[in-house]
Amino acid sequence: MSMDMAPRLDTDALLADPETRIVVCCGSGGVGKTTTAAALGVRAAERGRKAVVLTIDPARRLAQSMGIDALDNVPRRVEGIDGSAGGELHAMMLDMKRTFDEFVEAHADPERARAILANPFYQSLSAGFAGTQEYMAMEKLGQLRARDEWDLIIVDTPPSRSALDFLDAPKRLGSFLDGKFIKVLMAPAKVGGRAGMKFLNVGVSMMTGTVSKVLGGQLMRDVQTFAAAMDTMFGGFRTRAEATYRLLQAPGTAFLVVAAPERDALREAAYFVERLAADRMPLAGLVLNRVHGSGAAQLSAERALAAAETLSLGLAEASVAPTADDPENDDPENDGPGNDDPESDGPENLVEGGIVDPGSGNAQGQNASAADDPPAADAPSDPDGSPTSAERLAVDLLRLHAERMQVLAREQRTHHRFTTLHPEVPVAEVAALPGDVHDLSGLRAIGERLAEQTEQQQATPTPAVG
Amino acid sequence: MSRLHVVSGKGGTGKTTVAAALALALATDGRRTLLVEVEGRQGIAQLFETGALPYEERKIASAPGGGEVHALAIDPEFALLDYLHMFYKMGSAGRALKKLGAIDFATTIAPGLRDVLLTGKACEAVRRKGKDGRFVYDFVVMDAPPTGRITRFLNVNHEVAGLARTGPIHNQAQAVMRVLKSPETAVHMVTLLEEMPVQETADGIGELRADGLPTGAVIVNMVRPAILDHAAVEAAAQGQRAAVAKALSQAGLGGARRGGLAERLVDPLLEQAREHAERVALERAQRAELTGLGLPLYELELLTDGVDLAGLYRLAADLRKQWPM
Ligand SMILES: Nc1ncnc2c1ncn2[C@@H]1O[C@H](COP(=O)(O)OP(=O)(O)OP(=O)(O)O)[C@@H](O)[C@H]1O
Ligand SMILES: Nc1ncnc2c1ncn2[C@@H]1O[C@H](COP(=O)(O)OP(=O)(O)O)[C@@H](O)[C@H]1O
Ligand SMILES: [Mg+2]
Ligand SMILES: [Mg+2]
Repeated sequence: MSMDMAPRLDTDALLADPETRIVVCCGSGGVGKTTTAAALGVRAAERGRKAVVLTIDPARRLAQSMGIDALDNVPRRVEGIDGSAGGELHAMMLDMKRTFDEFVEAHADPERARAILANPFYQSLSAGFAGTQEYMAMEKLGQLRARDEWDLIIVDTPPSRSALDFLDAPKRLGSFLDGKFIKVLMAPAKVGGRAGMKFLNVGVSMMTGTVSKVLGGQLMRDVQTFAAAMDTMFGGFRTRAEATYRLLQAPGTAFLVVAAPERDALREAAYFVERLAADRMPLAGLVLNRVHGSGAAQLSAERALAAAETLSLGLAEASVAPTADDPENDDPENDGPGNDDPESDGPENLVEGGIVDPGSGNAQGQNASAADDPPAADAPSDPDGSPTSAERLAVDLLRLHAERMQVLAREQRTHHRFTTLHPEVPVAEVAALPGDVHDLSGLRAIGERLAEQTEQQQATPTPAVG
Repeated sequence: MSRLHVVSGKGGTGKTTVAAALALALATDGRRTLLVEVEGRQGIAQLFETGALPYEERKIASAPGGGEVHALAIDPEFALLDYLHMFYKMGSAGRALKKLGAIDFATTIAPGLRDVLLTGKACEAVRRKGKDGRFVYDFVVMDAPPTGRITRFLNVNHEVAGLARTGPIHNQAQAVMRVLKSPETAVHMVTLLEEMPVQETADGIGELRADGLPTGAVIVNMVRPAILDHAAVEAAAQGQRAAVAKALSQAGLGGARRGGLAERLVDPLLEQAREHAERVALERAQRAELTGLGLPLYELELLTDGVDLAGLYRLAADLRKQWPM
């Protein structure tokens, strides 16, 4: 399968490399960025790095179990990390508003800072419109890097529909703060209210008048005060944003794009990969998260469904002729992957006739009475060991397997589409755990799966995709 | 029955899909609904397999029994120009403002103003009457911002009424707030049976209630069938391995003896069943959490091949069966 041409992403090597100073986990919402970032942090620390993880919106239980649910906007040492290799893990959860406030306090004199913080317009700005969170994540990253207390910083990115927002939003905010309009708004305040108006051309003054009329006088004054107070900080904003952006382009930085094996998420990932290349930002690879596998991949969905049909049919007829010990089937040569040859033996032919409606339990047209059978898909309430109960179970197991194989095939198709477009991008697959990831042991499990790439994937036989 | 249905939920849980299905369901049997998109992403157009929607209301689907679904993708920039025109008869001045970046400023930067325009437009459609004195739309369904922003979004009119203390914007904001806080409105939450979306749903509903906004239903989306539970899987693993192997063999999957093809399938199949049972148990816990919210709970199945137009009609029919409309 051509997917195997994609190079494997070796996250352990990435984390072990002392040159790696910043790892940024990007991707569209809900794909597992926060989980991946935290898992990498745990793994790096337990392999000897002094690491800090900046998470943006961790699941509540995950934050609690890492001891970072108190929003104080500084990294906390995470308890329960195995420090025998000499590493440590610190973690924090970003408080966007607080980061913004601290930024204002650091860049304006106390009086001006007070005026800004109390301004209603600032308050709605800092509480979050598109871009503030991204901007503040960058700001915090810059601060952590400047402290130089950690040899590895792992950054999560805000939940947004597009991975690109992380790169674009700060610029949007910057261009607003630098914008023409805000300068016009500021003009009257700067030159001293009404009197200053005569220095403006008539067109502009008409404009600010109109704006003021529409927005309401009070709001207009708030905006003007805000703009004037922020004036001294504009340069600061721009310089900081530019410095952080350069940090992201530096050789010690590695981007990981996280995606679920779904069409939309992988499309976003592909956009992001292209964008990183255009901006000359270093991409380490793609983490394909929540991938499904099967220990019985040699059995295709079609065969499993057909076998389930056969069994249900037998159950419907109530008395099944014992054909189980057909010696032909015990031939050890006759199994293993690739034995999908439809003309191999007797039962296969029976199977072919059985595929009528894989969605339902009824093999219509074969036996009219089958339609009245109670659905075999119900969990057997009484697994008493009787042959019928074992058959019902087998039917359920086969249906589950067919469902799994269909998921697997779909995931492989989307994965394949990505690797065809970007064969150069190293990929690591992380299996879907049956439950959520909400503690250190869950994070360790994810870290191990990330690291196990090569063996794991070579051991899994290529499933028969029908 | 409310007339304005606001559909929120965690990102990616299916807000757009459920809003569209709800609009179809409500239109069934000769009603007329308006489906409104506020995030400027043309999700509705994609779902109904049509080209990008312009800033104008147009029919996009027929519902079973002669109903009609109309759609509108509200563009904040156009909505603002609309308002300026409505209140100030500003044609060219509006364009000049645009050149200056004022429209950009107002719609993307002053977050309150942008949201006032969006909710204002939706409320206008709710209240609009035709020449015959009857409502133009029986129902308006809004594909709304996600849980994290919904309360702020709906309440922003309140905030703006405070910021702009006089003038048309103030009055407009107050009028909108009256509709949004009345029983004419219902805010629904879409969720999956997973920890984070369920948690967000619970938090979101708490916030809505705290602000006196009317909550509606919880729609559990992408529900997968529960085939086996723990008890069955463990029983099978303990006492029935041989019998299961035999059954598999009977179904034509190879030999049931040790090392035979069917026998070797038993372990991996049971392992998958265990994972499935674990998921079923987790989902049961999440469902219990949702039940505790005290709102009606409706469920939509996972369409394994994705949602195409036919799938959308199926989801609509499903909703209609469960939802007292
Ligand atoms: N019942 C369902 N069965 C299968 N797929 C579904 C179902 N509901 C939604 N989807 C799919 O899930 C994806 C997300 O759905 P949708 O776009 O409606 O979510 P959303 O909440 O509006 O997302 P966003 O937060 O990005 O606006 C889409 O690909 C959609 O087709
Ligand atoms: N490999 C995985 N197996 C099972 N659950 C996972 C996996 N990766 C993530 N999750 C779960 O998915 C949810 C969303 O993950 P999260 O990391 O918060 O996503 P993001 O940060 O990209 O929005 C969480 O509940 C998390 O526990
Ligand atoms: Mg996250
Ligand atoms: Mg949507």
